[in-house]
Amino acid sequence: MKPLFIVICLLLFGFFTINVSAGGSDVMLDSVDIQLDDRAAIKRGAKLFVNYCLNCHSANFMRYSRIAQDLDMSSDEVRNQLITTGAKVGESMNVAIAEEDAKRWFGTAVPDLSVIARARGVDWLYTYLRSFYRDDSRPWGVNNSVFKDVGMPHVLWELQGLQVPIMESYTDEQGNTSERIRGFKLIEKGMLNTSEYDAAMRDLVTFLAYLGEPSKLQRLALGKWVLLFLTGFLILVILLKKEYWRDIH
Amino acid sequence: MFDKISRSLGDLREWADERFPVTAFWQDHLVKYYAPKNLNFWYFFGSLAFLVLVIQLLTGIFLTMNYKPTADTAFASVEYIMRDVNWGWLIRYIHSTGASFFFIVIYLHMFRALLYGSYRKPRELLWVFGMLIFVVLMAEAFMGYLLPWGQMSFWGAQVIISLFGAIPYIGDDLALWIRGDFVVADATLNRFFAFHVIAFPLLLIGLVLFHMIALHSVGSNNPDGIEIKKQKDENGVPLDGIPFHPYYTVKDMVGVVVFLIIFSAVIFYAPEMGGWFLEKDNFVPADPLKTPEHIAPLWYFTPFYAILRAVPDKFLGVVAMGASMVVLFLLPWLDRSPVRSIRYRGPWFKLALSVFVVSFIGLAYLGTVTATPLATLFSRIFSILYFAFFLLMPIYSKWDKTKPLPERVTEK
Repeated sequence: MKPLFIVICLLLFGFFTINVSAGGSDVMLDSVDIQLDDRAAIKRGAKLFVNYCLNCHSANFMRYSRIAQDLDMSSDEVRNQLITTGAKVGESMNVAIAEEDAKRWFGTAVPDLSVIARARGVDWLYTYLRSFYRDDSRPWGVNNSVFKDVGMPHVLWELQGLQVPIMESYTDEQGNTSERIRGFKLIEKGMLNTSEYDAAMRDLVTFLAYLGEPSKLQRLALGKWVLLFLTGFLILVILLKKEYWRDIH
Repeated sequence: MFDKISRSLGDLREWADERFPVTAFWQDHLVKYYAPKNLNFWYFFGSLAFLVLVIQLLTGIFLTMNYKPTADTAFASVEYIMRDVNWGWLIRYIHSTGASFFFIVIYLHMFRALLYGSYRKPRELLWVFGMLIFVVLMAEAFMGYLLPWGQMSFWGAQVIISLFGAIPYIGDDLALWIRGDFVVADATLNRFFAFHVIAFPLLLIGLVLFHMIALHSVGSNNPDGIEIKKQKDENGVPLDGIPFHPYYTVKDMVGVVVFLIIFSAVIFYAPEMGGWFLEKDNFVPADPLKTPEHIAPLWYFTPFYAILRAVPDKFLGVVAMGASMVVLFLLPWLDRSPVRSIRYRGPWFKLALSVFVVSFIGLAYLGTVTATPLATLFSRIFSILYFAFFLLMPIYSKWDKTKPLPERVTEK
């Protein structure tokens, strides 16, 4: 048994050191460190969300009342701070934009954002929200380095300001030289400076992560008790097994 | 007082026994069912597979209460379960994690049979029933994966069903008949739901019953691969056998709790398992107009999917994939070794088994990546080795040098 196991491990190790598939995506994402238990950040992100996103994007699977419950907000607080339409607290976060209109304005249906953080990942969202740049060839005058030719206008423009890309040329593995975006330069100031804007986007992404899986906090909190119980139970069943098996030789 | 209670309980049992074989069943399958005393770690996975089956059935029932199987509502109803149904997220994660764990457990259970020759005479039908369970389980998992109606659900189903289209003459009509529409659509979702929640579960339960009946008729094999029924005491009890209850019930409980610890750790801390158990693309609602960049089946199908892709011709690829499953059924008749267990086999079988394990895991990995030329080359090598393990088995298992078998089981 033992030599067999070692042979298998060695062969597998050998195989996995060979890189059989071509490397992943060419877009570098900035990583963001979010704290899901930071309720203040989620609350700040929620305000940004309802003010800037919830006009076109819906979050159909989420109810305002759930946010109230999870963030310890009263119904009045939610009504005053988060609901900009006539929606009731128990309703879900809908928008009144018709798919037809969206297609006419943006060239595509506007995706629902309820589980966007689970589909894209927080790093992608964080980078995307900070990567709009001026591109006069696009209908809304902006493009995005993470999502090329995106239909969405830079709705956070008043906060971030306007930036242009800094290009660099690079050579890929096959030896082809091309241009890519290395970074951005601000050409028009917004209401926030760069670090304030980054912090605001971190809040927004934190909210989106919470929105993607509101039960996650509950899940993490419960997990340790389940594991603790099972570990205790394991000791009991091991002792029970030992007791019974004493007479087997 | 206690006398009275125990007497009336005894009366009740007598009353029942006259009408239904309660005591006889209890004795035949538990307290007087003798299992070898040397069963090791690998023997946990049979009872664990049964546990996972029960978990899936129970959580499945509760999911059905809130899930809505139409193209318009399926995705939203899953999110409704995740958010608005009390404990819905837990039930859903148990079910989605359970699917992957089912395959982990079944693969280890099958590997045990390979290690100790558990498929050998007189356990051929036991193995065949087991293989049927495996095939039905794959169909069950495949249909279940369509139900969340995300992008991967949709496109995975689209790709796999289109494979039937590769069959000459009847292919396209067959694929159309399976889908019930020209593309995967509402009709497909509805029928897959019906298959997933009633047809295949019924079939699974029936096959598991047959698997158990066969097992309890021939008895368990053991790590030494020798028959314990050959050495019996004056009462006809195998000398190396111990009653399943209480000895293996308490032992399996240890396995169950260890399993539940690992299972819970995944459910509570990594239900997506880095995209292996719940894929990122499946959080995007199904869109027939937008093909995802990279369509890969779930991890437990990837070894067979890699064999499919290794063959340049689509139809022959489908044939190869089917053949990779058929050879597994034939295993009892391919193995010609005079011994069952790896403990007494010679170097050739050990080498062949190592190569097989590496090929299988290699194929499983290759099925998940984009098909680059190097990946395809390796898929081909591993596919050939996969088939060689089975098809050359009559030769190497026969000529291999074996060690002498002991009279009685050994403790290791």
